Amino acid sequence: MIRTVLLAGRAGLHLRAASRIAVAAALLPAAVTVRTLDRPAVPADSVLALLSLGALCGTELILEAHGAGAAEALDSLADLFATDLDVAGA
Amino acid sequence: MPELLRGLGASAGTATGPAYRLADPPRLPAPRPVTDPDAEVDRAYAAIDAVCRDIGLRAAAAGDATAAEILRVQATLAGDRTLRDGVAMAVRAGHEAPHAVAAVLAEHRSALLAAGGLLAARAADLDDLRDRMVAHCLGLPMPALPEPGCPFVLIAVDLAPADAALLDPARVLAVVTSAGSFVSHTAILARTRGLPTVVACGGALDIADGTVVTVDGTAGRVTFGFTAAAPVAVPAPDEPADLRGRTADGHPVALLANIGRAAELSGVAVEGVGLFRTELLFQHHIDPPTDAEQAAAYAEVFAAMPDRQVVVRTLDAGSDKPLPFLREHDEPNPALGIRGLRMARRRADILRTQIAAIAAAARESTARVCVMAPMVTTVSEAAQFAALCRDAGLPTVGVMIEVPAAAVRSAEILQVVDFLSVGTNDLSQYTFAADRRSGELADLLDPWQPALLSLIALCAAAGVAVGRPVGVCGEAAADPAFAVVLAGLGVTSLSMSPPAVGAVRAALAAYTLDECRAAAQKALAASDPAAARAAVTRC
Repeated sequence: MIRTVLLAGRAGLHLRAASRIAVAAALLPAAVTVRTLDRPAVPADSVLALLSLGALCGTELILEAHGAGAAEALDSLADLFATDLDVAGA
Repeated sequence: MPELLRGLGASAGTATGPAYRLADPPRLPAPRPVTDPDAEVDRAYAAIDAVCRDIGLRAAAAGDATAAEILRVQATLAGDRTLRDGVAMAVRAGHEAPHAVAAVLAEHRSALLAAGGLLAARAADLDDLRDRMVAHCLGLPMPALPEPGCPFVLIAVDLAPADAALLDPARVLAVVTSAGSFVSHTAILARTRGLPTVVACGGALDIADGTVVTVDGTAGRVTFGFTAAAPVAVPAPDEPADLRGRTADGHPVALLANIGRAAELSGVAVEGVGLFRTELLFQHHIDPPTDAEQAAAYAEVFAAMPDRQVVVRTLDAGSDKPLPFLREHDEPNPALGIRGLRMARRRADILRTQIAAIAAAARESTARVCVMAPMVTTVSEAAQFAALCRDAGLPTVGVMIEVPAAAVRSAEILQVVDFLSVGTNDLSQYTFAADRRSGELADLLDPWQPALLSLIALCAAAGVAVGRPVGVCGEAAADPAFAVVLAGLGVTSLSMSPPAVGAVRAALAAYTLDECRAAAQKALAASDPAAARAAVTRC
């Protein structure tokens, strides 16, 4: 199961945002991977791996998950990537 | 026989106490073959877990929300599964635990550096994790300030801003570094805390732990070889009732404070603020702070200085102070690039918003609010800035003199603005073509360099000619002997870290204006910094 999302964070996928997404991904029932058009898939629950994508604002991210809970896992992570986590209250 | 080490005095004052050296980061031992890979993986995991736990505990204990969040992210990073998996793989490929941790983190570190921008600035976070994990693998204590159980003199090669920010005047009496310069982070943070500091002090690292040393941060001397049993702290002079700075014969020289936020004024008695750095307000913001947020922060400072002068410096970003919302492109030489007022070439909106917020806060206050721009180079830049401020209802406008081009044309600049403020740190850097962070070139950055004095003299004379104020707000203003020279050159105000004001006030009160002028002429005529200093101390 695949979901595509554009990164919303204006400052790109920086350490603080990546950390928040990795912590959320670790709590999901299904394992999710993330890749860009030019970088191979990495586990969404690893901060260092997410940083290695070098994703900037507007970068297309391809999320993939399989098995039970995959759809819910993709929904919740796609939401996070599509939110600017640097905006107060986000 | 006491021994003497010489360095550069970077923060005035004297203190005596036992010296303790900041632990070096742990060194990797020579690699040995791994005989029991399972046990070695366990050793690596144990180190990772211990560091996670330690940072997590510090996050929970952190006083403010910003520090807590930084530490929480750092704990997440320490426990990252890619790091963990990579380390296990490296061990199974034949590396011992500490080597495996260092190698995997080095790989991620170079990836961050290659990514540039905000991510490159995080390389230091990985270095800190590496030092902690390697220390645990080797059974060494985690890197931290020494804890000898009594106040001590801290000896180090240099301090990272994070270390320097932790310096607690209740525990650290003085700082001596073998590297660093008058304007390194170590020096600047030490001055804000009033800690006597000597930098670029060769031989400092040879002082054995526990040796009682006397640090003279004014003269740049470290002496040791005494037999004193207990550390002796030198008491600060009492605060006089009259705050105004003046020479022995009553010539006024305003003594003002350099601050970054209102909290730095609590418990401080000064006649005004000569440099309110607004960068702090903009850090940690992905977007620039709003008009209202800014106005509130400015109002807080103005409220602390009723009827007194407050000079607000507009945002001085770029170079060594990058800000996240100003997406700076890679500049081959940021110190010579888009920084200070030049930022308005790209983001005039940020400057306009800031000026409007300062004007709004000023309208509600009795403080005498002045604004000045950093890194002004030409008369037309100064004129544009002045027009912008006056249109917004801020009548008193000045510029900083940090670029030699502006110093040379200071008389012309004073035709379009109301005052000048000389920033000696950057003026040194640009006049002597010497990076202000370079310890090796610290002698060139010495504020007593006659060429720097000549440029300051030029600015001061321009001010005297038209009766407009010319201040000095660089760190050199905190040196009492230098303050006497500046007063003699015609400088009308000195702005410095609040703890330095007392010593400067006392020095000025000891000389008449004519004596200050004589000292200034001798310093200007000197052939080098040492001769300039000597000329003044003899008069």
